Amino acid sequence: MSNTISIIFFIIGVVFDLFGCIGLIRLPDVYNRLQSATKSVTLGTCSILFGLFIKYGFSAIGMKALIAIPLLFFVSTVAAHALVRGSYIFGTKLWDKTVIDDYKDVQK
Amino acid sequence: MKYVTLFIIIFVLWLLITFNIEIPNLIVGAVAALITSLVFGRSFLKDSKKFFQPHRYFWIIVYLFIFVWECIKANFDVAYRVLSPSMPIKPGIVKTKTTLKTDIGKTFLANSITMTPGTITVDIIDDEFYIHWIYVSSKDPKVYTDKILGRFEKYLKRIFE
Amino acid sequence: MIINLLLYVLIGLSFFCFFRVVFGPSIADRMVAIDIFGILVVGICSLLAIKTGRLFLIDIAIAWIVLGFIGTLTLAKYLTGKKLDE
Repeated sequence: MSNTISIIFFIIGVVFDLFGCIGLIRLPDVYNRLQSATKSVTLGTCSILFGLFIKYGFSAIGMKALIAIPLLFFVSTVAAHALVRGSYIFGTKLWDKTVIDDYKDVQK
Repeated sequence: MKYVTLFIIIFVLWLLITFNIEIPNLIVGAVAALITSLVFGRSFLKDSKKFFQPHRYFWIIVYLFIFVWECIKANFDVAYRVLSPSMPIKPGIVKTKTTLKTDIGKTFLANSITMTPGTITVDIIDDEFYIHWIYVSSKDPKVYTDKILGRFEKYLKRIFE
Repeated sequence: MIINLLLYVLIGLSFFCFFRVVFGPSIADRMVAIDIFGILVVGICSLLAIKTGRLFLIDIAIAWIVLGFIGTLTLAKYLTGKKLDE
């Protein structure tokens, strides 16, 4: 039973990873690529780790998988934030169809 | 007080990761936690007595469910934008204002924003958040502030303030 | 059997990231691709742990999360044009 549920979680995770990587190829500029990639790939990998937790329950490996989930969340959000800010300061251009840019005034 | 709180957190984390309670393991964990808390205790939270107020934990659990739900919605939203042939995106960077005061509250708010539908925090200057949004649906500051921040702010205020 | 298939899919996805690393128009694109590749490796590690039955691979996954984080932060710091100790 727990085997089947964990395999369902693995499949969900891999499908979300697939969406994220398609976004990485298709979307037009760095900022939008980061949008798709951070959210989809992180949730996909978290889903794989949660499947691992369900398969092994409250044992050593299950607890490790469970601890890795919040760790991955914080790590990927902070990394995405640093990358966005860094690439803006570096001078990577926004997509030409961008609607509004309030951050321009701060950076001068 | 700060040092004791940090010590307890690190020691519990150590026990969860190694997952056995033999005596040598406990001793190694205690020594490692002691050294870590002595080194990093200075830059830990300012008022750590909030850790021992149980009603905050109740709101953390409520917030966790809301956050996971928003996160799943975010993923379907992004998947729809990526997969549809015409790519319905309209990106932009908007400025919003928050009412949270504490640093840790702002940190958690920024992290939550980064994980929800099509928004990434670019920078925080005092209480202004600069947010990259994949689909700018309105240019009225009130509307988008409520749309982006409003879902989390009331819970975070109960947890951290 | 199905875990084999999922592993092949994940390895194929890492070639998507590789494409972005090679042909990315700017430096930032390449860094995003490397960051995403690091997160994919965590998934590959945890699936390999189940397939081969060698459970220490989950430790490698946790270590990979932390090291990838530090690497990405360093690259982002390089983008902002400051020294590493500022």
